[in-house]
Amino acid sequence: MLRDTWLIFRRDATLLSRNPAWLAIGVMQPVLYLVLFGPLMERIVTSTPGFPPGSSWTILTPALIIQLALFSATTAGFSLLADLRNGVVERLRVTPASRVALLLGKVLTNGLTTVAQAVIITMLAFLVFDLSAPIGGILLTLVIVAMLSVTLASASYAVALTLRNEEAFPALVNSVMMPVLLLSGILVPITTGLAPDWLYAISRVNPFTHIVDAGRAGFRGDFSVDAMLTGSIVLVVLMSLCVFWGARTFRRENA
Amino acid sequence: MIKARGLQRRFTSRGRTVDAVKGVDIDVAEGELVGFLGPNGAGKTTTLRMLTTLLTPTAGEAQVAGCDLRADPVGVRGRIGYVAQGGGTGPECKVSEEIELQGRLYGLSKADAIARGKELTEQLDLSGLDQRLTKTLSGGQRRRLDIALGLIHSPKLVFFDEPTTGLDPQSRANLWEHIRTLRSEQGVTMFLTTHYLEEADALCDRILVIDGGEIVAEGTPDALKARVSGDGVVLGVDDDVTDRAAAIVGRVDGAHDLTTLPGEVRFRVPRGDTALPALLRAFDAEGLTMQSVQVQRPTLDDVFLTLTGRSLRDSESTDGATGPDGDTRSDDTTDSGHGNDDGHGGHNDDEKDDDEKDEVPTHVA
Repeated sequence: MLRDTWLIFRRDATLLSRNPAWLAIGVMQPVLYLVLFGPLMERIVTSTPGFPPGSSWTILTPALIIQLALFSATTAGFSLLADLRNGVVERLRVTPASRVALLLGKVLTNGLTTVAQAVIITMLAFLVFDLSAPIGGILLTLVIVAMLSVTLASASYAVALTLRNEEAFPALVNSVMMPVLLLSGILVPITTGLAPDWLYAISRVNPFTHIVDAGRAGFRGDFSVDAMLTGSIVLVVLMSLCVFWGARTFRRENA
Repeated sequence: MIKARGLQRRFTSRGRTVDAVKGVDIDVAEGELVGFLGPNGAGKTTTLRMLTTLLTPTAGEAQVAGCDLRADPVGVRGRIGYVAQGGGTGPECKVSEEIELQGRLYGLSKADAIARGKELTEQLDLSGLDQRLTKTLSGGQRRRLDIALGLIHSPKLVFFDEPTTGLDPQSRANLWEHIRTLRSEQGVTMFLTTHYLEEADALCDRILVIDGGEIVAEGTPDALKARVSGDGVVLGVDDDVTDRAAAIVGRVDGAHDLTTLPGEVRFRVPRGDTALPALLRAFDAEGLTMQSVQVQRPTLDDVFLTLTGRSLRDSESTDGATGPDGDTRSDDTTDSGHGNDDGHGGHNDDEKDDDEKDEVPTHVA
């Protein structure tokens, strides 16, 4: 299974390296946020009570990285729909390759892509803007982002394989991801000091809020149980569920 | 190589139940090239997908390449090759990458996969295309690449689903040649589906005719054609002597199914070629002149017509005109993604030309 996973991973990674433009396009949006929205945050954060600790850049940069993971990983299913159309999925399924490997090879490519993009954004925030974060914390956040990417890509592939429809797929992904994104406090953290009680309560139910919180804690070098535990548990549980869901869908007949 | 009993597949979608394949028995011996012939939506692809482990049968069982389809699908996968209808190459992948990946997924080492790939690309006239992206290949080249991918692990049994659909007549003839060569050089057992009569006729040792999810006939192309009793003969005469000509024909030994139109007499006779000289003499003796003579060897189309009461081409055009019938829809649900229905309409014309190769027009002054 490891060998098959590696083979599929290599195939997808080769395809990706053949079209690096997609990587760049993926990075564009967070870069624009960083440049055009970041400076705005700088003042607001210092003058408004209720923000979590840390400078505006340590609040914004990890959030943008996680937003990037949410966007790119949830749309991963598109490439699978194209593979289905070309008959590639069928061709691979008729080989003795492990069905789980067919999924894992793909999601690992998605994880790697997101990490590469995250590194670019972090470097930019570091070099051009006033980001200061401990290297250990950044690495930890990159691990979180990679796991998140694997999680969401698995789910995305499962949905794409189930729907098998190139129009319905983006519609469904958008309608689910939009509220999830807003409720996770990516741009403006949803804290007790800033949000009304009801909004804060809903945001706590959203698992991605805790993952964003953990990412921010990493960037400010806070490795305390309080800051990390919930997010880590949520992420591990979510990842296990989604990879299991994806693997089951890949294994199912006619998938 | 294949032994299937009561293989059956039912689809349920939106509350409708469709029996795409209603329990088929299939036997294929080692080294045979067997064709699975039927119109679109007859259940060919569904049967093939069951035999290749892509679809679990609703009922029935099968041994494929020595492994039990239900108990050991992985064993089956390792022993068979499958060339799907729409192909299966990524447009942005290089030919060499696809070949190596395919070989290694079948458990070959990198070196073995490359060596075997080289052997196959040479045999299939694909040399020198290694570094090309598959999207830049011609239709015929891409189909040959699909075949190379299906044969990369030297399987003893290969399934082809509509191998020449969407190819121009020249590429089709070329592909037939390759299939014949692969078979004679590598001794591969082959099972192919087709809705082209002349393809089944030209390639296959034995043909299974499927219609409406059931096998309606089985045999060698010649044996199947023998079911249509004799050659068809069409005589062209002057309008006013049609009746006298028909009377002469009526006296020919073994002539039957006699029909006339003004200026035309049609009948069937066991041996058209030997019946003609006597007929010419009889016409002479009565002082009648024949304007034209056509002797038509029975085609598989005639066989299909005899077996099902409609011609293969009619059942195709009905599909197109009135929308998919139940069986077609079930095939659609199984292979959404390969939009090959689009390809069919345009190729009936090509087919017509090829079909008429059995016709022996004989013009008599």
